[in-house]
Amino acid sequence: MASVEHPQKTAWWNNAHNRALLFQILLALGVSVFFAFIANNTIHNLEQRGISTGFAFLKQKAGFGIIQHLIPYTENDTYGRTFIVGLLNTILVSALGIICATILGFIIGVARLSSNWLVSKLAGIYIETFRNLPLLLQIFFWYFAVLQALPSPRNSLHIGKKFFLNIRGVYLPSPIFQQGFGWVAGAFILAILATIILKRWAGKRQEETGEQFPVFWTATGLILLLPMVAYFATGRPLSWEYPVLKGFNFQGGITIIPELAALLIALSVYTASLIAEIVRSGILSVSHGQTEAAAALGLRPGKVLRLVIIPQAMRVIIPQMTSQYLNLVKNSSLATAIGYPDLVAVFAGTTLNQTGQAIEVIAMTMAVYLTISLTISFFMNWYNARSQLRER
Amino acid sequence: MSVHTPHPDLPPPSTSVGIIGWARKNLFSSPLNSVLTLGALYLVVRFLPPVINWAILDANWAGSTRDACTDGGACWVFVKVRLTQFMFGFYPADQYWRVILAFGLLGVLIAWLLIEKTPKKSWVAAFTILVYPIIAFVLFYGGLGLPVVETNKWGGLMLTLILATIGMFFALPFGIILALGRRSSMPIPRALSVVFIELWRGVPLITVLFMSSVMLPLFMPEDLRIDKLVRALVGISLFQSAYMAEVIRGGLQALPKGQSEAADALGLSYWQAMFLVILPQALKTVIPGIVNTFIELFKDTTLVLIIGLMDLLSIVQSAFADPKWLGFSVEGYVFAGLVYWIFCFSMSRYSQHLERKLHTGHKR
Repeated sequence: MASVEHPQKTAWWNNAHNRALLFQILLALGVSVFFAFIANNTIHNLEQRGISTGFAFLKQKAGFGIIQHLIPYTENDTYGRTFIVGLLNTILVSALGIICATILGFIIGVARLSSNWLVSKLAGIYIETFRNLPLLLQIFFWYFAVLQALPSPRNSLHIGKKFFLNIRGVYLPSPIFQQGFGWVAGAFILAILATIILKRWAGKRQEETGEQFPVFWTATGLILLLPMVAYFATGRPLSWEYPVLKGFNFQGGITIIPELAALLIALSVYTASLIAEIVRSGILSVSHGQTEAAAALGLRPGKVLRLVIIPQAMRVIIPQMTSQYLNLVKNSSLATAIGYPDLVAVFAGTTLNQTGQAIEVIAMTMAVYLTISLTISFFMNWYNARSQLRER
Repeated sequence: MSVHTPHPDLPPPSTSVGIIGWARKNLFSSPLNSVLTLGALYLVVRFLPPVINWAILDANWAGSTRDACTDGGACWVFVKVRLTQFMFGFYPADQYWRVILAFGLLGVLIAWLLIEKTPKKSWVAAFTILVYPIIAFVLFYGGLGLPVVETNKWGGLMLTLILATIGMFFALPFGIILALGRRSSMPIPRALSVVFIELWRGVPLITVLFMSSVMLPLFMPEDLRIDKLVRALVGISLFQSAYMAEVIRGGLQALPKGQSEAADALGLSYWQAMFLVILPQALKTVIPGIVNTFIELFKDTTLVLIIGLMDLLSIVQSAFADPKWLGFSVEGYVFAGLVYWIFCFSMSRYSQHLERKLHTGHKR
């Protein structure tokens, strides 16, 4: 049978392929025109205002102080350095916030699922209170209503005259490492390495003989004991410098400025309420059949949780948790509202106002956050692909 | 022959029924639980009475100056005196009815759409989308015989609600377009959507607001003056539509491929398939997600404080600086917090209710 040649019935503009091509060309053209319009306006406006473009301003002298800097910084340093100082402050508060929020969130999330009625209800009240309030309101509350109401340095609240809390911030003793502390650190690393080897060996032995080895207790002992032995053997090479009231303020020790404290508390408390919900929903997402099957195999409740539920819950928890971490990093930019010198407050705030280089400054600031986000979501996709259920 | 008659059942032991039984089961089931219960009880007993005393029993309600605040508790007089400002900002007092009318109408329309089994939903929806914005604009701003109220007079809760609703109004259709673009088979729309979504989702809202307030005037022709509120709204809408797009994409992905194949087989065009088959189903499944995004947006509107708009939080914050009312920040924050909380909590309850209604799978 000879194949029949179908004649082209449709007009060329009704051909799906041609249409797609035409649509895309029009779209690309429209977007280009839009950007050309913006670029044209911007160049014209910048000329009118006498603002020069380019990144030369980064080498100019900044001339303003920053209340918290993790690297040496003075008013004589450049605008470029203010960028680094702000970035480091953002990273500091984000890292501390992520740690605190995770710990608090896990505790509250597990408490929400507790069989204890009172504990579960209290956790529920915590979650519903803090996740339904705007973060900025919470930051203001901690900063203006709580920390600003603290006593003056003279009447500081204190724990054993070593930890102090007053309107100027939190004062903690700072450790001073003397000669020989390297041994203690070395012993700690050695203990961790020994634990890893021990875990491998115990796992292998269990595979072969079925006998279990108390890895957890041995590891705890190793990690606590080895550095302790090294500490006493080298003659206690660690001393503490305590903050002392001199004149109107404290000197020595570690100072946490109230801006950092307020931001950290608010970020941790807020994010913890969201993490708690993620933990709860993650654990509930593991089908009840899994728990029953594990119990039928004779696993005790602790092991059911550790070996069956948590590994499966993690698959649900970790992606959502990462996006909460990302939100926390982005939310740390609210620092600018209470004057904590983070990237947005220092660089997109003071530097932008002094130099007027709006485009460069905002582009750099956005690029930082974008880089962090894209890096984390890249790892997230990798993890997701790795941990997804492999079904036939 | 004796008939065997069993004794009546013994009642269950008194320790397993009633309050005692409940407490044994739910509060003291193990030593650890007992310790936890006692610890939690201590916290409640230690902190609840002082809070209630402060907020209600010892609080001051009557009066109109700070001298009225004599009992040790909260001074709600501060909130009472400033209430209209917290609600309407600097909107002229004789025009409040316009704001109330506009929001009342919106409330009725939304209730009509959300409550099940109300008639003529599609007409009401069309009215809400096409006609209501014009009515609202005339009521809020002025025109058609109503005196004009400039946007710098808008403030308080009114501004918060306006920012959130307008942000949502633009974010939803734009989000749908972006989500469709991201799932399109054509490379250019897909690339543009991906870049747009990832760009806005990757940066904090503050920088977006900074950008829209500082850079938007640079981008536009020189003689075009853009209102501060409009600039903030541009930023919020762009930001929000990126988040909305991801929520809607989730719904599109969850839809079985058979639906679009069936639509193709029926000979529907792309847009017919989208509007008649795909989107109605996809959007329905993501309503809880959309509500959650709206809650986030509602909370995020507080950030406009940083670019100098007077939303609820901002106006409460500025009231603390009044020399006649120094030192009442806790009362102000508690009031503002309560307003935000009521809105967010009721919306989140609504979204949970929807989730339960839509979730028909295997439950524990």
